[in-house]
Amino acid sequence: MAEMENGMRLWEVFVQPRTGKPHEHVGSVRATHAEMALQHARDVYARRGPVVSIWVVPTEAIYATKPGDEGPFFDPADNKPYRHPLFYKVPHGVKNI
Amino acid sequence: MKDEALLEVEFQARIDADEKIEPKDWMPERYRRQLIRMMSQHAHSEIVGMLPEGNWITRAPTLRRKMALLAKVQDEAGHGLYLYSATETLGVDRYQLIRDLLEGRAKYSNIFNYPTLTWADVGVIGWFVDGAAIVNQTMLAKTSYGPYSRAMIRICKEEAFHKRQGYEICVTLARGTPEQRRMLQDAINRWWWPTLMMFGPPDDQSPNSPELLRWKVKRKTNDELRQHFVNITVPQVLALGMTIPDPDLRYDEKTGNWLIGPIDWDEFWRVIRGHGPCNRERLQARRKAHEEGAWVREAVQAYARKRQQQAASTAAEVSHG
Ligand SMILES: [Fe+2]
Ligand SMILES: [Fe+2]
Ligand SMILES: [Fe+2]
Repeated sequence: MAEMENGMRLWEVFVQPRTGKPHEHVGSVRATHAEMALQHARDVYARRGPVVSIWVVPTEAIYATKPGDEGPFFDPADNKPYRHPLFYKVPHGVKNI
Repeated sequence: MKDEALLEVEFQARIDADEKIEPKDWMPERYRRQLIRMMSQHAHSEIVGMLPEGNWITRAPTLRRKMALLAKVQDEAGHGLYLYSATETLGVDRYQLIRDLLEGRAKYSNIFNYPTLTWADVGVIGWFVDGAAIVNQTMLAKTSYGPYSRAMIRICKEEAFHKRQGYEICVTLARGTPEQRRMLQDAINRWWWPTLMMFGPPDDQSPNSPELLRWKVKRKTNDELRQHFVNITVPQVLALGMTIPDPDLRYDEKTGNWLIGPIDWDEFWRVIRGHGPCNRERLQARRKAHEEGAWVREAVQAYARKRQQQAASTAAEVSHG
């Protein structure tokens, strides 16, 4: 693979538009090491503000669920309606509860 | 293991429900192939597209124009990188894509095989070519493949400035001397038809279209996009007191469309096959840039090796100490 030939690994880029906002995935860059990945990420994904913070993560370090996991993996969330407020009944006319 | 036919039915059902397809989802091999083809051609177009305008950066008439043009050309480099990144999510390697371009195996938009003869060309490119790209990319922002769609949304936000800076150049020329007005009209005359060809062959000669529409990779046909571009651009040309080089052009009251005369598709195919005015020059310029950047790539790798060695010797010291 070419990434082995020239040492340019793939890095996923996450940018935070403002403090208090979550970092959001925007794409990827190629770089040999983290500082270079950060510089490339700045040049490519932060040419115009607002950006206050950038994360770069080696692509192979991300371990993710598979699309097929959807059913079984997330199932437990579906059969616990008692985690939602509307599961609990309140007498008619009672407010602010 | 589900069989292909069932997977395809489920895939089409997701598309029909307007769900986005993400990189790890199952997709028909042809869907993947078509996307790699479209997205890599799009990436190459952004990169090659820097050349015609880059040609004028050193000769921009004012500092304001020069700053705008530099920023625009830099954006196009960024667009190329967003798109190589998005294409890599389909399991191809961007260095392979770049080799395909440099070795003449890949296509890019025909429009960049035309020369930029005068400063007016820079204005008309921003207005027409980026304007046409916006029409196409606004549609692609709704494409069914998630990473392509997200890259297009980023790109569309940046394109609006490209088009306006181009139109501003044209407004200035249109209000200028008779010679400046002639220069503008000449640029409009040369760029009008090649810009209309950017949307691709007519619907009845576009073999990929039905499949791409069914998969919602594209959401409008070539002719629909072209008509939309003509409708928004004709009044902009007339507002400058300029004309459009099409004796058949007329406004159709019934449909509200500006109807154009026949497009010379022979020219389109001639340029695609490599016989446009600048095909050779564009590839040569890309190869030269790549070769002249070799020392940077070597330095980066030397630095990476040095860092690794330093890390290794620090680790050895620690374990021996
Ligand atoms: Fe473009
Ligand atoms: Fe662009
Ligand atoms: Fe542009």
